[in-house]
Amino acid sequence: MKYNWNWGILFEEPYFGWLVSGIEWTLIVSAIAWIIAFSLGSLVGVARTVNSMPVRAVATAYVELFRNIPLLVQMFIWFYVVPELVPDGLGRWMKRDMPFPEATSAILCLGTYTASRVAEQVRAGIESIPRGQTAAGLAMGLTLAQVYRYLLVPVGYRIIVPPLTSEFLTIFKNSSLALTIGVGEVLMQARQIENYTFQGFEAFTAATLIYVVVTLIVVFAMDRIEKRARIPGYGVQRGQ
Amino acid sequence: MLKKMMILAAAGSVLGAFSASAADFYGTLQKIKESGTIVLGHRESSVPFAYVGPDQKPIGYSMDLCMKVVEAVKAELKLDTLNVKYVPVTPQTRIPLIANGNINLECGSTTNNLTRQQQVDFAHTTFITGTKLLVKKASGIKEVEDLKGKSIALAQGTTNERAIKETIAKLGIADVKILNVKDHAEGFLALETDRVDAYSTDHILLFGLISKAKSPADYAVTGRFLSFDPYALMLSRDDSAFRLVVNKTLAGLFRSGEIEPLYTKWFMSPIPGGSALNVPMDETLKTNFMVQAFPE
Amino acid sequence: MGAFDFGAITRALPYLWDGMQLSLLLTGLSAAGSIVLGTILALMRLSGIKPLQWIGATWVNFFRSLPLLLVIFWFYFLVPLIAQRQVDAFQSALVGFVLFEAAYYCEIMRSGIQSISRGQAWAGYALGLRYSQTMRFIVLPQAFRNMLPVLLTQTIILFQDTSLVFVVGLADFMTSAVTVAQRDGRLMELYIFAAAVYFLMCYGASLYVKFLQKKMHQ
Repeated sequence: MKYNWNWGILFEEPYFGWLVSGIEWTLIVSAIAWIIAFSLGSLVGVARTVNSMPVRAVATAYVELFRNIPLLVQMFIWFYVVPELVPDGLGRWMKRDMPFPEATSAILCLGTYTASRVAEQVRAGIESIPRGQTAAGLAMGLTLAQVYRYLLVPVGYRIIVPPLTSEFLTIFKNSSLALTIGVGEVLMQARQIENYTFQGFEAFTAATLIYVVVTLIVVFAMDRIEKRARIPGYGVQRGQ
Repeated sequence: MLKKMMILAAAGSVLGAFSASAADFYGTLQKIKESGTIVLGHRESSVPFAYVGPDQKPIGYSMDLCMKVVEAVKAELKLDTLNVKYVPVTPQTRIPLIANGNINLECGSTTNNLTRQQQVDFAHTTFITGTKLLVKKASGIKEVEDLKGKSIALAQGTTNERAIKETIAKLGIADVKILNVKDHAEGFLALETDRVDAYSTDHILLFGLISKAKSPADYAVTGRFLSFDPYALMLSRDDSAFRLVVNKTLAGLFRSGEIEPLYTKWFMSPIPGGSALNVPMDETLKTNFMVQAFPE
Repeated sequence: MGAFDFGAITRALPYLWDGMQLSLLLTGLSAAGSIVLGTILALMRLSGIKPLQWIGATWVNFFRSLPLLLVIFWFYFLVPLIAQRQVDAFQSALVGFVLFEAAYYCEIMRSGIQSISRGQAWAGYALGLRYSQTMRFIVLPQAFRNMLPVLLTQTIILFQDTSLVFVVGLADFMTSAVTVAQRDGRLMELYIFAAAVYFLMCYGASLYVKFLQKKMHQ
């Protein structure tokens, strides 16, 4: 096969601009989705450790539901099905007037999906704290809510910094699925450059480098944070 | 080192050419002969050119033309059986797949243009159309100018995507929201579910989409032509022997007039899974068939 | 969109079943291939030979920093170009999945191998077994057994991941569902059905993994 290499194309306008806007969308979608995943995931994770049976059941159902359906299916459901299920007026708003309908759907999808994974990490973090500490807290006259507020949650988070980092990277990589509903993130822009210029190798190489570089930066930064956050004597296996 | 290898390779291919007898084939024909299989790329929602029919098989005007080509290839290679493999393609995948040799012939609704000819090759023109808008009648949109402040879906990788974007930029139509979709079916669904106010592709495909709609009466194809799109079957570049077999088949259909019942079948009569498009053959297309009816 | 139309699903069942078979085949072959490759990578990472360690580590870190979607695109367009012949979408996807998922299976096998006490390997050497024999007969079978639940969990994830071949139009369960959904204009029915099928299969499998884990701990 003949292939005409042209690396310069990546720095020509409008293609360079497309890549930059792709990076912007990828980062925006990942960051907002992460905020949702982190807050919702923390709530669900804590809910899985409390004594109340119904609360635990709801939290468990949430986790099982979201992690046993492929993300792509969830993406389509958020974008195509949800607006049809809600009342007509709201559905129309979601499809038409909601700011950036595609990106918003993608953010909700990634956020709620990753929340189920974050919840599992939070639960693991809290459960790895010896029960004696809870008992000690209660004995000192703290309420259970206070034990969570001042002891379990902050200590739990410091234990799970490494797995949370990899969850953030997961959201960053998974944001590429947003292209299936029309969000102009990095991979979509790479494909568009390929469509316009037929320089697929250069475009995909650029996308690959972007992902690798961002990952390296995050890993490096989190490594430093992890060193500061680490509590001697505690540890949760990375990834699992 | 690389240079040496290239010289060797060149020498090898020259020697190969000399030693090959006249009956040998090269390129695509050779590949088809060796594997006993021809690979057809087809679209899935280009009604009525190539789309998935009620029994999940690809059917359409371009598919029928391709099947004629398959017969001709079989005869040319003197094969008893020739397997046909179908590979679904989208506007984004069709050109890379022809360029990397994964499909031998693309049967769809592909515009033959000079930019694409840098990567791929095309057979004779089989249909002529151009970019128009598909809207819901109730929306009152008549021309591209009416899209101001509205939203439109466009299929990525189509000539129409560029035609619309260029027109919008040139005329300075403000505040047009664009939704990227993967293929025509997705674009039409976006319009049907009120996600967008318009969808745009070649006018004939828009009629095709209407013919398969749940309530065809709600939709209208509107506006002036915003581009000129001559369709052709797409094949690999630098393979004139294979292209000749394809063109011979097409010229034969044009010359004998066999193209007319084929046209009637897909554009004037009810089609599988939908109603009739009722788009009569226009003068341009008639002339096109006449001009390309090369003698044997 | 009107009421929920079950007929839209039942009419499409034979077609969807074809898609599911392809999904399962792709999952099975990818899992088998990537567990083998992942184990080799794990042995490289633990080998104590610098260049091998480096290759193993780079492979794992590289593929783990990429979205699977990007890998699928790469292989869809790249494999035929390198192979200089037609490669169907299934084969391209399979190659992509094996290379990509091997990075994840590698880390599982690595911790599995590390969980076997060193004494066992030494015992093997003391008996006169070579490295390859020690690994084959003593360490790997135990590591594999210990890690079985985790390997299965990763395979459930792999099964979910196969839905991504939708982007290259390979007719798996997901693609079939989308094709029917768009053709018949029945998005709600088909997408909810697809979600339900995936959920039941994956949840069922994860319950089995839990059962297995319990049994092993007894």
